[in-house]
Order: sequence, then C-alpha cells, then structure tokens
Amino acid sequence: MTDLNYPHYDVIIIGAGSIGAPTAFFLAKAGFKVLVIDKFPSVGQGSSKRAIGGIRATHSDPAKIRLCLRSIEIFSSWKENYGDDIDWFKGGYTFVAFRDQEEKTLKELLRKQKEFGLNIDWLDKEAFLEIVPDVNPDGLLGGTFSPDDGSASPLLATHSFYRQAVNLGAEFHFNESVEEIIISSGKIKAIKTNHATYGSDFLINAAGPWAKNVAKLADIDLPVHPDSHEAAITESVAHFLDPMVVDIRPQPGSSNFYFYQHSTGQIIFCITPKPNIWGFDVEETSSFLPMVAKRMIEVMPRLQNIRVRRTWRGLYPMTPDGFPIIGWAKNVEGFLHAAGTCGQGFMLGPGMGELLLRFVNNSLTAQDHEILPFVAPDRDFSGQELLK
Amino acid sequence: MADFRIKKHPILQIPPAADIVFYWQESPLTATKGETISSALFANGIRVFGHHHKDQSPQGIFCANGQCSQCMVMVNGIPKKACMEEVTEGMQVEPLDGYPVLPKIGEIPGMRNISELTIPVLIIGGGPAGLSASLELGKLGVDVILLDDKHRLGGKLVLQTHRFFGSTKAVFAGTRGIDIATKLEDELHGHSSVDIWLNSTALAVYSDKKVGVLKNGDTYLLIKPDILLVSSGAREKFITFQGNTLPGVYGAGAFQTLVNRDLVRPAEKLFIIGGGNVGLITGYHALQAGIGVVGLVEALPECGGYKVHKDKLMRMGVPIMTSHTIVSANGKDKVESVTISAVDENFKPIAGTEQSFECDSVLVAVGLDPVNEFYKKGIEYGIKTFVGGDAEEIAEASAAIIAGKIRGLEIARELGIDVGEIPASLYKTSEILKSKPGTNKNIQYPEIEEGVFPIIHCTQEIPCDPCSALCPHGLIFIDRKDIRSTPVFLGDGFCCEVCEQCVAGCPGLAITLVDYRNNKNMPTVSIPYEFNRDPIQQKDLVTAMDTEGEPLGDFEVLSVHSIPESDRTLVIHVQAPREIASRIAGIRMQESQITHPMDHYVQHLDDDMIVCRCERVKAGEIRSLIRQGIRDFNEIKTVTRAGMGSCGAKTCTSIIKRIFREEGIPDEEVTDQTKRPLFMEVPLGIFAGLNENEEKVDD
Repeated sequence: MTDLNYPHYDVIIIGAGSIGAPTAFFLAKAGFKVLVIDKFPSVGQGSSKRAIGGIRATHSDPAKIRLCLRSIEIFSSWKENYGDDIDWFKGGYTFVAFRDQEEKTLKELLRKQKEFGLNIDWLDKEAFLEIVPDVNPDGLLGGTFSPDDGSASPLLATHSFYRQAVNLGAEFHFNESVEEIIISSGKIKAIKTNHATYGSDFLINAAGPWAKNVAKLADIDLPVHPDSHEAAITESVAHFLDPMVVDIRPQPGSSNFYFYQHSTGQIIFCITPKPNIWGFDVEETSSFLPMVAKRMIEVMPRLQNIRVRRTWRGLYPMTPDGFPIIGWAKNVEGFLHAAGTCGQGFMLGPGMGELLLRFVNNSLTAQDHEILPFVAPDRDFSGQELLK
Repeated sequence: MADFRIKKHPILQIPPAADIVFYWQESPLTATKGETISSALFANGIRVFGHHHKDQSPQGIFCANGQCSQCMVMVNGIPKKACMEEVTEGMQVEPLDGYPVLPKIGEIPGMRNISELTIPVLIIGGGPAGLSASLELGKLGVDVILLDDKHRLGGKLVLQTHRFFGSTKAVFAGTRGIDIATKLEDELHGHSSVDIWLNSTALAVYSDKKVGVLKNGDTYLLIKPDILLVSSGAREKFITFQGNTLPGVYGAGAFQTLVNRDLVRPAEKLFIIGGGNVGLITGYHALQAGIGVVGLVEALPECGGYKVHKDKLMRMGVPIMTSHTIVSANGKDKVESVTISAVDENFKPIAGTEQSFECDSVLVAVGLDPVNEFYKKGIEYGIKTFVGGDAEEIAEASAAIIAGKIRGLEIARELGIDVGEIPASLYKTSEILKSKPGTNKNIQYPEIEEGVFPIIHCTQEIPCDPCSALCPHGLIFIDRKDIRSTPVFLGDGFCCEVCEQCVAGCPGLAITLVDYRNNKNMPTVSIPYEFNRDPIQQKDLVTAMDTEGEPLGDFEVLSVHSIPESDRTLVIHVQAPREIASRIAGIRMQESQITHPMDHYVQHLDDDMIVCRCERVKAGEIRSLIRQGIRDFNEIKTVTRAGMGSCGAKTCTSIIKRIFREEGIPDEEVTDQTKRPLFMEVPLGIFAGLNENEEKVDD
C-alpha cells in the first residue's frame, strides 16, 4: 500500500491539543510511527491553552467517569514517571448549594455518582465550611465534595505530552493545515496539507472546535459546534483555597460558573454563558468581568481584593448531547473520531489517548465496550447530560 | 534618621518638609503629603520593598511608572504598587515577601452595575501628544474624555527640567519641559468640552468596541467612543546583564521620577547604560541634583543622542565610553559596583577589557518601545482609532506636541467638523522634529580676535532654533525653512552687545561668548551654568573644559550672575588666555576621582541574567529553548512562564525578541505572543462595582 511519492505513517493525528498531544504520546510509546498536523505555530495553541485546568472524574455517565479516572491516574503520577512538573494539585471539586433546587439536583446526581463508585459525598454547611472556609456562609446549605479530583496546568501538561511524544519519535508539523483527505475504496489512504502529502491507514480527528471541518473533508457530518466561554486569571496569592468551587445557579448571562486556586497561587475562573455564544469568535468582551466578578464575590467575599491579571475566551467543541464523540467513522475505514469533548478535552485527554491507542492496535477491552455506546459516533444525540 | 531628600535644586522648587507619619514594618517614618509610597520609602533610605516568591531576590523600584509590579508592598493588609499609591497619614506599609495573604472579608460588600457611557472622542494618555490633541479638539468644542494614569497631566514632560529643543514657533523650544506641561495643562483647563480624568487607566479595548477604564483608581466603567486616540507614550526597553534586577538598577524614567518629580535622592554614584538622549539627559539631571555620575557606556561606536547633550556631560566631567557595554551589576542586596567591557563589531564583550567602577546605582537607558497595544486592538476591533506621539513612533516630546495637534485636527475632520485644509507645513514640521541627528560640522572660531564673539559649540544638525530667536539683533542665523541647519553667527566682533541671551538660552548650553575688549590677551568668557549657585563663588578656581571634555586649565571666576528674563540658567565669567579662550565650552562639575576605575575588576559569578522580572526567568533558559527550535513566543511563555507575570509582558517582550535576533532567527520566523487584557492588574471587586474606599476588612 505504501506510495513511494510521499512519506507514510502508521497514524496521522489532526490537532496537537489536549487530545492530540497525549494520544501521540501513547501511540509513540506503543511503537507507532505518528505524525501530528496542527495549523497553529506550536503545541496546544488552539483551545488547550485556553482551558482552565480543572480535572474531575465526578461526572454522571460511565464513559466520562472511566476516562477521567484514568486521566487522573496519569496526571497525578506524571511527574513521578516522566519528570515534568505539570502543576498537578489534588484539591478536589465542590459543587455548592445555596438553594433547595440546587441541593436537590446535586443530591440526585450524587446518588448516581456513588453508584459508579466515585469518591464523592454531600457535606452539610459546617462540613462544607471546613473544606472551603471562605465561602459565604449566608444561606449556605452545603454541597458535594469529591476529594480525589484536582487540577493541573494545561499549558505545561500538553507541552509535556508533546515533548515526551517527540522524544519517543512522534513527528509534529506545525503551521500546517489539512486540505484534503484521500480515501480509496472507502479506506483512509493519505492526507494532503498546504505543504505536502502524507500517507497513513489511520487518521485521528482531534481537531477540537475545528473537528467538523476536518470530518467534512471525508464527507462526514460531525455534529460538533464551538461555543465560546470566557475565563480569567489573577495574581498569585498565598494558598487559601483547596478545591474547585462550582456554582450551578443560573443567572442572567451565565448558567453556572466556577473557580479554583491553581498551584501557582492564582485564582482561575470561568463562566458558562447563557445563552450559548456559538461560533469561532475568541475576542474578549466587556461583559464578562463585571458579570463574573459579582457572582464570585457573592460566593466568596474574600476574593474582592485579588487582582485580575488577564482575561481570554476559548472554544468548547459542543455536541448536541454534551458527550464526546469517540470511535470509528461508519463509512470511512481508518477514520477515528476523537472530538466533541465539550470543554472537557483537557481532563479527558490522557484517558482518551490510551483508549484511542486501543482502537488503533485493536485491543479494546470489555470495559471499553461498556462505555463506547455513550460516545459512539452513530448514537442518538437527543439525550442530554445531567450536569455539564 | 536617614534623609534622602534633595534639599537644593537649581531648577526645581523644594517641596514643603515632610509633614505626615506613616509606618514601615511598624516603625514611624515621615512623608510629604501627596507623594507616592515608593518616594516616601526612598526618602527614608528604604530601597528593598520585599522579596520575590520564587528565589527570594530583593525587589524594589524599577519603572516607578505603574508598569512593572516590582515595587509591590502591603498597604493596610492589601498588596499595592508603591509607585502609584499615595502615602497617607497613619498608613501601615509592610514589605511583600513571597505571595501576599489575601485579607479575610466577612460580608458581601455593596456592589453596583458597571456604568457605560458614550463619547465622541476618548484619548488615552495626557502627555504631550494627548494634551495637544485635546487642546485642538477643545478649541472646536468637541466632547472629549482625556485619560491619564498619573495624578497630573503632562506625561513625561513633568520630569524634564531642561530646556526643550525644537522649534520656538511651533513647540515652545527653549522652555523647560516641566513648564510646557503646565502651559498646556493650564490652557486645556479653559476648554470645558474636555473632561480630564486623572489617576485613570485604560485597562482594555474589547471586541464589542468598548474601552474598560479604571477611573480615579477605584471605579470601573465602560466607554464607547466614536473615535479613539491612543497617545499612551512609550515604555523603556531593558537589557540582560548579570545582576540586572538588583535594587539600584533603574530605568531612566524611574530615576527621573524619583529625582525630578519627587525630589528624592536615590543614588550617590550613578553609572549610566546607553548614550541616547534619555541616558545623556538623565546624567545631566543627576549632576544637577548633586548626584555623581561615574560614567556612561554606549555599545555603538557613537552616541545616538544629540552631540550637545553628550558634550555637555563630558565637559562636566563624565567619561563617555563608546563601544563598551555593561557586563554585570555587582552587590548583594544592592548595587555596589558595575563591571563593563569593550565590545567588538558584533557587540560581544572583548575578554581582558573588563573594568569595574564603584557605584550604588545603574541607570538603564537603552531605548524605548511604543505603548501601542490599545491602538492595535482598536484597529483590530474596527474602532476608528488614531495614534500619536511615542505610541506611534519614538521621537522627542516636541515631535509629540505637533503630532498631537495634527491628530486633533484629523479627528475633528473625521467627526465632520470643517477645519479646512490641515496645513502641509504642520506635517513638514512634524517630520523635521522627528528626525535623527544629522551631520556634524566643524566649529567656527573667529578669524580676528577682537571685540566680542559668540562661539557656537553646536555643530551637529538637529531640529533646534532658540538661539536665533533670542539674539535681539538677529545675528544668529538658522534657516527658518529647516531648523535642522546649524546656527551661524552673522556679525563681526563689533555687533554683539553681550546680552548673553544666547548663552543662557541655548538648550544645549552650547554657546559661549568671548569678550576681547578689556584684555585682548586674557579675554572674558561667558559660560552657561545650571547648577546651584553656592558651590561656585567669585574668585573660586574652576577647571575649564573644551567641547570634548578635555581640561584646558584652572581659571578664576570673575562673576556668577543671572541675566534679565533668563529662566534659572546662570552665566559664569572667567578670564582665560587668548589661545584657549574660544575653546572653552564649560566647566568641570565633578572631581575626576569619582570616575576612576577600581584597581581590579569585580567578577560576577551568579547566573542571574534575568529576562522576565516577574517570574525570574533567566536569559540562558530562553536561549536554550530557541536553540532547541522553539519559534513561537507563546511556547516560551508556556514552558518558562516568561511574560505571564504581573507586569503583562511589558518588560521581557523586547528582550526575548532581541535574544531571538541574537540567535540569528529572522523576525518573520518568530510568532509573536498573544496580547490579552488587562493592561494592569485590578482587584476583582472593582469589576463588581465595589468602591475600594468603602470596604470593611476583618481580622
């Protein structure tokens, strides 16, 4: 099958981001000859660097739970195994409740999460204040706490996956865009970029918000639509906050918001806009800071004096039901979807990377087969995730 | 108690004595009402404000301009920039060692919605360009909001104690910068359509065409302008050398701020890096404030600044070493000496040429970069955006005044106001004022030594004309059409009536008079003098110097006098032999001992060449990444955190770009970093509409 006119790779990955970088690492580690193509000038410059770094396994469906549990194992042992500090901090996640309806929602969810064996519990007001002493006690009912979740630096982690992958022989081509996917007899044969043609039997679409455009080159309609979220980071202050704090109360302009203190001492925060802001625009708006500042100070008055350093927007590659799309394309042999991570690409990345390796080397486990229907490309997309 | 206030100054008025008490680490110190915390601390001899969280390196003043975040202190329990915050009675100031502890707050504070307003013209920056533009628009009755982050208008004009170069007709040449600021400011107050917001900083230009503004330091609001003018000036470039972040290493602007605005004495012995106008002028300012200048190095074979500035410094006794660079600033918690060396044609230090000098401060004046991020964002987001002054192109303040005037008229025209044709002569003047120094000519000495002759030691083509305007008989000629031509004396020995206006009024202090009338063999020489009156008295011996700083002999002072209508410049008479009288350009102002190198050179062994001050990233780390093939500035940020610290990449950007160039990487191969708001760090509460002054702090 090898065409002598262009170089051939075992696997080509489109996108060197939160998914593409760890996937390249695991494939290279397993001995595959990997090429990663990215249109940006260096690793993680699309959406990965815009992620805030929260990592949790406490989702509400088995697929994301299992993938993220594995991600946490990889993130938390990364420095020990590979020597690179990626700012992993096991601070846990809290979802706080100030009203009956949020308490009810969270407790319903909790039942399900406990069924999956997750380490998560309901804390009443006093217990919650012990974990998050600075939360506003006024009207506080309590909240869930999952101590095994945490955070890491998307910048450092994605870069480390990349560097380790390169050390194992993976090739990364930056400033290069895929323009054509060559399919022969229903099978992936090669890709053509603005620079060259590269042959491969396997193509992984890890193009994040741009995954739909990549799939279209193979005549596949992938329901991934980017949605813009705004985030910000503060100065560093002495450590005072362990877990991520998530407030799921909808308010005008935002359906929820969350913040945590990174291991550098900085508070990083983000909102989920409501209504969604569809499209590729990532330019900063004037509305974000006033909206989020008010919400944050209401939940934690102590935050009023922390100085905001920088603000930015990033894209959530959304799917209609809020679950990622992972699996073989139906009509194109060798085309592997790894897309639609709905803003959770960073925490899913390492777990997904290993799963994608098992797709490629045909070693999917029974456990994998349990979760794959939830993320299957040909699933019914009309369901909705309980808590995004 | 240590007192580092300047008690006498030849140009500046001494402010009232320190009258309030504040506390540093619980010890009472005195301060002058209205001064910044940093100046109050410096006046009390405190120059280390804290220690960096990463390597415990001492932190202090670097920019004194609210930009670099090196001067953070804890004020009543909250971290603040010492250089921007005014000291108040009873204030408790503590060093910031490592990360600050966020104060506990018990209750939710009062918050309000952020207000939004629209305005025809928003001007960011009230320096020479912004002031002039505001004036033009004010004359036409256009509604303008003029923002400035300082407590008074004028930008860097308020630091300039020297007489300005440029055109007398167009831009107040011959007037001191500080006085130009006052003139423009006073005139602006007469135009009610211009709303002046002091202590107000633009934080971001957003994609929805609104500009986020921190008003009066405590209130956030959004302004939607029809037209935006960015006249936000420049920021200083910085360079890497060992020990480059030791307290005592300053930007020139910081030094001028401390000395000329706040009248504190940050140094006794100063060493200057950079022979552009900024470095040369600041050296002169230091001498005027009674601070010794040990020397000045310039990496190029010639100083880039005006020759008259260079000459002035040399004849006052400051050695200027071209084709030399700084190797290290040495010392533990403060600068104790500096090591320099000669450089080869590639600007690499030549081993074996090292010399060290004792000094307590190093002034870095290696050029300026435009502060143009708001301009770029304005254009990107489709706002009608104009730019003027240093934000557009680095040049003299005189050029910025004309540029502001032009932008004001252009903006008025854009708003549909009939301003007629904007005169082509304005654009031409603007170009002339922006021009770099031209060719150097030979000095003209009188052919027949009799009567009185002015000696014009100004031989380089620069845009400047006060001398020709000052001569009551019009005897000094400068081509009106192009004031860059050098001045020529048109008379013979019997035309000049010795009014000495040209001597006292030349901004370069580059005109002397030689009067042969009383004694042909021992003529009287009139020399300009801009120092305190007391050190030189009648009958004292002074060392006369030629233009290049060579001593010509010691001569007795006949008189020190002021002349009518001269602004603070004095004239000294000495009597000197005919053979050398016309070569005398000035008198030595500091003893040569201070400029002598140490008998051994101080080797600096620490690897502490810092590129990013905020995150303490070293040059070696950046270099090694570039050698590994990294070409994306953002990837350098990712790996090292350089550029992600509190200053917002304001200091390291130019250094990293320079390292790329030094490594032989062409600019077009390098991806520039992504620039994001905010322009400076602002407390979260401000964005929630919380007024800082009303909050309650528990604990």
